[in-house]
Amino acid sequence: MQLNGGQALIKALEMEGVEVIFGLPGGAILPVYDPIIDSPIRHILVRHEQGAGHMAEGYAHATGKPGVAMVTSGPGATNIVTPLADAYMDSVPMICITGQVATSSIGTDAFQEADITGITQSVTKHNFLVTEAADIPRVIREAFHIATTGRPGPVLVDIPKDIVGPTNPRSAMEWYWPTDAEVTAGLPGYRPNTTGHPRKIKEAAELILAAERPVIYAGGGILKARAAEALRELAELVEIPVVTTLMARGAFPDDHPLCLGMPGMHGNYTAIMSMQESDLLIALGSRFDDRVTGKVPDFAPLAKIIHVDIDPAELGKVRRPDVPIVGDANLVIQELVKTIKALKAKGDEQPDLQPWRSTLSGWQEKFPLAYEQPAEGDLLKPQMVLEALRDSAPEDCIVASGVGQHQMWTSQYWTFRHPYTWVNSGGLGTMGFSVPAAIGAKVGRPDRMVWAIDGDGCFQMTAQELVTAAAERIPVKIAILNNAYLGMVRQWQEMFYEERYSEVYLSPDLPDYVKWAEAMGCVAFRVEHPDDIQPTIDKANAIDDRPVVIEFRTDASEKVFPMVAAGQSNSNVQVPDFQRTPAQAAQKETPQ
Amino acid sequence: MTPPLSTDPKHHTLSVLVENKAGVLARVVNLFSRRAYNIYSLAVAPTDDERFSRLTVVVDVESAPLEQIVKQLHKLINVVKIVEHDPRHSIERELLIATVKVAVADRHQVAELTRIFEGRILAVSNDALTVSLEGHPAKIDDFEELLRPYGIAELQRTGRVALNQLERESTRLHAVTSVRGKVS
Ligand SMILES: Cc1ncc(C[n+]2csc(CCOP(=O)(O)OP(=O)(O)O)c2C)c(N)n1
Ligand SMILES: [Mg+2]
Repeated sequence: MQLNGGQALIKALEMEGVEVIFGLPGGAILPVYDPIIDSPIRHILVRHEQGAGHMAEGYAHATGKPGVAMVTSGPGATNIVTPLADAYMDSVPMICITGQVATSSIGTDAFQEADITGITQSVTKHNFLVTEAADIPRVIREAFHIATTGRPGPVLVDIPKDIVGPTNPRSAMEWYWPTDAEVTAGLPGYRPNTTGHPRKIKEAAELILAAERPVIYAGGGILKARAAEALRELAELVEIPVVTTLMARGAFPDDHPLCLGMPGMHGNYTAIMSMQESDLLIALGSRFDDRVTGKVPDFAPLAKIIHVDIDPAELGKVRRPDVPIVGDANLVIQELVKTIKALKAKGDEQPDLQPWRSTLSGWQEKFPLAYEQPAEGDLLKPQMVLEALRDSAPEDCIVASGVGQHQMWTSQYWTFRHPYTWVNSGGLGTMGFSVPAAIGAKVGRPDRMVWAIDGDGCFQMTAQELVTAAAERIPVKIAILNNAYLGMVRQWQEMFYEERYSEVYLSPDLPDYVKWAEAMGCVAFRVEHPDDIQPTIDKANAIDDRPVVIEFRTDASEKVFPMVAAGQSNSNVQVPDFQRTPAQAAQKETPQ
Repeated sequence: MTPPLSTDPKHHTLSVLVENKAGVLARVVNLFSRRAYNIYSLAVAPTDDERFSRLTVVVDVESAPLEQIVKQLHKLINVVKIVEHDPRHSIERELLIATVKVAVADRHQVAELTRIFEGRILAVSNDALTVSLEGHPAKIDDFEELLRPYGIAELQRTGRVALNQLERESTRLHAVTSVRGKVS
């Protein structure tokens, strides 16, 4: 079958099972947009290419399938660099197709030429510049293979205009579809190792059975490996408590008795201290990020480490594991479960974990997540808004968030009961993530309610995508926690820069969020009084034919606690003042 | 200023087999700079198999643990194989060419030095001499050191290349190689 390169590209995407492309056309990618008209693939026209990238990520987070974005050369391509970096940091499978100037013009500073493969080298798992139409099916297959296997990640495919132009002789090609074997043979340097080494698994099992204060440190890799069920089986088998990192929220149900919630800089006291005091950390698909470890030499000083990761480079990168296991988390955990069962059948016994459990529950009792209720006439507390949103949403509701205080509160106060219900920018911390990511998630899971919890600062970065959502009838719901500040930065200035507030004030009513949302085709509400929280959420939840925005006016002075200051030991975690014992409060006053 | 010795014990030689595709060298170099690893020297050439090229990278391991460098390199899709050469079990070679400013009266001294090192004289002019030397990087270091007092006008080294030593069954043959290793 003779095709032109543009047709071949779209056909290749169809063959890969792509249902939706998020994108925006332009000169160089024009020839590829023509065959889209005849394709069953849905195209969602974004208002800014950054939106396309985050939508593709949101789609991937919610469905586990790779998200696909398509943009033109030059500025279109550079506009999507941030989402690529975001997807790279959070191991999100994503394919980004960029137009490029004709092969004969590459390197001449042609109109809208950008060296996007050069620019994105360090923020993609891999990228390709395709120079022959005949290579298109092979490269697309390789791109999907790379993006979705091993440690997933974004792959960019740069397509010069001449090899897809319908009338250009360079674009003529004979259609083919490479076999799996051909794909593997074409990538001699890419052989991800998925099965853990049996001897290491046995060593890990023995350590687990001997530990007195063990903690499972579950990371985003659990979700990527679709290992939530296996994790639960393991945790229940050995009755070991589980912390779920920011990237792993939902990987283990928050309402499970063994769940300790989120550790790290704004984790809860028990999750943080459980790791500090533990004698064995079972790190599963987690990477000892600085936001989790705090000051590395002081992190979990007594713990032996079992580290399971699909990416060998993560093992020993931050903390040297006692038992390193390279492999797919799902497969390795299943093997661990088998091995532990076998050892138990042979008579191996775990020590009594009761003392450890009572230490943990003691902390939970003493230092629960908590905030002070507002006095009459005060602005709303963000936490109470989140509690109301949480309690009004179905339990499989998908929640996206921006980056800042509102993100931390969402992660803290939401109850995640299912995997793939949390869509978040962890590694890069990209403000403006939530609106487009929520749209992408809703496109992937139209059956689910999708809430984006956003900050006023974040909202202003990508709000234009609500036009996309309105035009495409994608009924996402957005809660803006409007504290009139770049709140997270304000918090640092308050705590570490003597309350000298530099360039963090945004204003509560400029822009007018309700008018703005309405102008973008959304239904919009503003909530200023606690009594209006619930009725307004109920109204928003009842709308299912277009996007809804609720602006909540929240208290700017509210800070996120607990907090481990950057670079500090996790043992110095600060709880809110009202939870401090007088001794601790006194200690705080002493300069260190 | 004396340059650092190429035989610094902190240096490790990695032989990296990569796919012979556009942009692969840039990927490797970019990875080093992004992760703040130092490259001491780098030599690149196609192999006998046209699908692959081999990079010989001498890395300064003070800047990062070697293990991380190797693992991160392995993550590059186009990197097929990495061998770390243990200096005790590998054959390493490098080429130096240098132009030395030297008056006619002293020329014979440089010529003599070059002869002792089994190097070659490539060109001669009234007040200069261009010489070349191929050999083990330590030997090249020594030669460079001894040339320096005469006044080096220009000097270029290729960076080292390396291959693993052949397995020797017979101890007698082994002795021969190690003797030769000393000479070179
Ligand atoms: C693109 C980008 N720019 C800057 C930052 C630094 N930053 C982190 S949180 C934050 C404030 C976010 O403000 P807002 O969206 O209002 O959220 P809040 O903290 O007030 O809840 C800033 C500026 C960032 N993470 N991303
Ligand atoms: Mg704010």
